[in-house]
Amino acid sequence: MNGILIEQSLLLSIALFVLGVTGVLVRRNLIMILMSLEIMLNATGLAFIAAGSRWGQADGQIMFLLILTLAAAEVGIGLGLTLQIYRRFHSLDTDSINKMQG
Amino acid sequence: MLELTLFYIASAVALFATVMVITRLHAVHSLLYLMLSLLSVGVILFLLGAHFAAVLEVIIYAGAIMVVFIFVIMMLNQGQKTIEQERLWLQPKGWIGPALLALILFLEVLVMLVQGDISGTGNIVNSKQVGMALFGPYLLAVELASILLLAGLVGAYHLGKIIRKTARPEENS
Repeated sequence: MNGILIEQSLLLSIALFVLGVTGVLVRRNLIMILMSLEIMLNATGLAFIAAGSRWGQADGQIMFLLILTLAAAEVGIGLGLTLQIYRRFHSLDTDSINKMQG
Repeated sequence: MLELTLFYIASAVALFATVMVITRLHAVHSLLYLMLSLLSVGVILFLLGAHFAAVLEVIIYAGAIMVVFIFVIMMLNQGQKTIEQERLWLQPKGWIGPALLALILFLEVLVMLVQGDISGTGNIVNSKQVGMALFGPYLLAVELASILLLAGLVGAYHLGKIIRKTARPEENS
């Protein structure tokens, strides 16, 4: 009974992480890239929770909390940058904003 | 094996929703599927015995962070064509898939609530243990997380301002 779900949980988190990486690499819309980053952070949080639940320790959930705050800060900054980029370039395509000017 | 069945259903929903997230063309459609993916991960966390983390996942990830995404998508879609766009987005083929999958997750949570204490790994880490560890050995990490959130707040405020071209002061000495 003990540890029956840990392998499946780790496999699921690996699959979700790979899907997030695929999203970052494939999509060219900035909002889509931010969503894929969310998926990746979520997958790592799931891995932490699975490990913490396997040994009955609270550390996994604390790491999940830290990942949650990181994701919140990242989304705030990333979406602020997205708004600025849309105002300046009128596009969210990451290939069309490869020329930065200081 | 009830837990294993519930876990497989929830993980199938999570994988399907994530694949739909990275393949949808509309941002709002993929946002709906992303919300569903986060909810199914929350169900999996509940199955793993991490109830506190599951609640946080639903409230903060699927609630707060997704609301920020929706606000930004709303701000980027101003103009006259927005009403036509919304009418297009509200057609049933846009939201019937996420609604069905969310119904599956809801039934799963109902089964879990009826069954009582289910934990797939045999260990339930309750919120008291998490709180004791959080404000004991991990106090410095909590402070660092609060500093990170403050930096995120200041940065988002600064980046969200409308910077005018003429706002730069001229050198006239």
